[in-house]
Amino acid sequence: MHPIFASIAIAGPETILTLGSLAALMLGSFTPRHRALAVTSLFAVAIMAVAGFSLLDAPAGRSIAFDGLYVADDFSAFLKLLILAAAAASVLLALPWLQESGPDGVAAGRFEYPVLLLLAALGMAMMVSANDLLTLYVGLELAALPSYVLAAFSRRDDRSAEAGLKYFVLGALASGILLYGVTLIYGFAGSTQLDVIAGLVSVQSERSLGLLFGIVFILAGLAFKVSAVPFHMWTPDVYEGAPTPVAAFFSAAPKAAALGLMARVLLAFPGAVAADWQQIILFIAIASMVLGAVAAVAQSNLKRLLAYSSIANIGFALVGLAPGTAAGISALLFYITVYVAMTLGSFLVVLQLRRPDGATVEAMADLAGLSKTQPRLAAALAIFMFSLAGIPPLLGFWPKFAVFQAAIASGLIGLAIIGFIASVVAAFYYLRLIKIMYFDEPAVPLASEGSPVNGAMIAACALFCSPIGMLALSPLAVATAKAAASLFPA
Amino acid sequence: MIGLTHYLAVSAALFVMGVFGIFLNRRNIIIILMALELILLSVNINLVAFSAFLHQVHGQIFAMFVLTVAAGEAAIGLAILVIYFRNRGTVAVDQADLMKG
Repeated sequence: MHPIFASIAIAGPETILTLGSLAALMLGSFTPRHRALAVTSLFAVAIMAVAGFSLLDAPAGRSIAFDGLYVADDFSAFLKLLILAAAAASVLLALPWLQESGPDGVAAGRFEYPVLLLLAALGMAMMVSANDLLTLYVGLELAALPSYVLAAFSRRDDRSAEAGLKYFVLGALASGILLYGVTLIYGFAGSTQLDVIAGLVSVQSERSLGLLFGIVFILAGLAFKVSAVPFHMWTPDVYEGAPTPVAAFFSAAPKAAALGLMARVLLAFPGAVAADWQQIILFIAIASMVLGAVAAVAQSNLKRLLAYSSIANIGFALVGLAPGTAAGISALLFYITVYVAMTLGSFLVVLQLRRPDGATVEAMADLAGLSKTQPRLAAALAIFMFSLAGIPPLLGFWPKFAVFQAAIASGLIGLAIIGFIASVVAAFYYLRLIKIMYFDEPAVPLASEGSPVNGAMIAACALFCSPIGMLALSPLAVATAKAAASLFPA
Repeated sequence: MIGLTHYLAVSAALFVMGVFGIFLNRRNIIIILMALELILLSVNINLVAFSAFLHQVHGQIFAMFVLTVAAGEAAIGLAILVIYFRNRGTVAVDQADLMKG
């Protein structure tokens, strides 16, 4: 058999997603207009499910494909399952919003949405399987280009167009900076393959300044993708301007993919260089946690609040990356998994609520007295907020505990203390939202959009984040430990 | 004799011009798109120079990928710019301030 077929088999999930996205585009184009969206969305979810199942019975251990460009291991399988679940949820949660004709009737029934999400999911799957700087770059761009289009999806809406434009300009700048770093690493290491670079760096006696510059540029580009301070400026604007389902997507799957990529790239630079990138990660983590906590206090828009919340959460997740140990990576994976459930749940509640005029809820003040008008949604949002704040019986506490534990085990006690203080400050605005929902008098009577699928997803996320979710702790711990161990070949 | 350093210097100069073209430009979004292309071109010069220096073909193949992606990126950027212009009737940078906070 020609080796290319073996490679295609190893890259099974990506192959399925590639063919599936092309088929979805055809399906959408040739289905009658009024059914195209529903048919394409269900097809896209089915493709993501098939790709996910193909991961479950993939051969154990590390397989390299395409002459070292691509790697499939437990780490990439874990993240791909998370990415596919988050992307499938993003397809489903957008359905009611897409079917409803928007204020101008443009958004209604456009089947491109699930196709773009499939392509973005493909790009993100390539990102976490990248074993070469070339795969890294192409995967990153494949994930980013559909995201630019999605941000501008409500094309008659001024704010959506502006969000798309801002996201495009800053995103393209970030990939340019990343690419410049890639060229420096190629030039100074003499290879683009991460394995080869790792072998080369570990035998280097003194660190090379060119490589260090390359790492700094790459980290700047990746920090943009995960919206970490100081490259976070786009996040609140894009979340606010982009349609709410798109903002929900941005807050979940791409973050998981970019954090996974960051871990994989940084671990290719062990030894003396590790101490250098560790300092950068330390700075980014502390700045993100503190800025995310402090800047969110002044927000009055729900989507902006969730944007700052995601900046702070990325900071906490990076605390797990800073030690560069298997325990830290395991805590990082645990953190992303729980974070994806919490953020998708919060966005789902926001998406489910409708003002009397049919518009989606944006202002925090609109949520006043939600516990009286929509008690179930209010309870779900309260669970997500308590969980994001990291209040103990809820699931959100445990990943925070895990990342701090990993940091302390590596002697980064100062980082853990700053993180603890930041999470106390952040608790203020999460609790303020709960106070608005439960103790303020109702201002506008909010209706529920009433989609049963979204209701079920909210219930599932809320159940996962509630104390019942602790049942998932031990299987998750086993899975994350196995995934993290595959990044550290013995 | 023109060596690797000369190419790297040209590329670094182009890169810096590109980055400053984005940040210092307060007039026109089209100019931002041109600055983005400038950054990608500086990257290509770097790749090809390193590729020749290392006697490898990898860098040149990488440059081909960068060219392709840059074309796709420019197409999407212009498409978004067109819908933005339809809504707002302008492509001035300082008008893009609907969201602040």
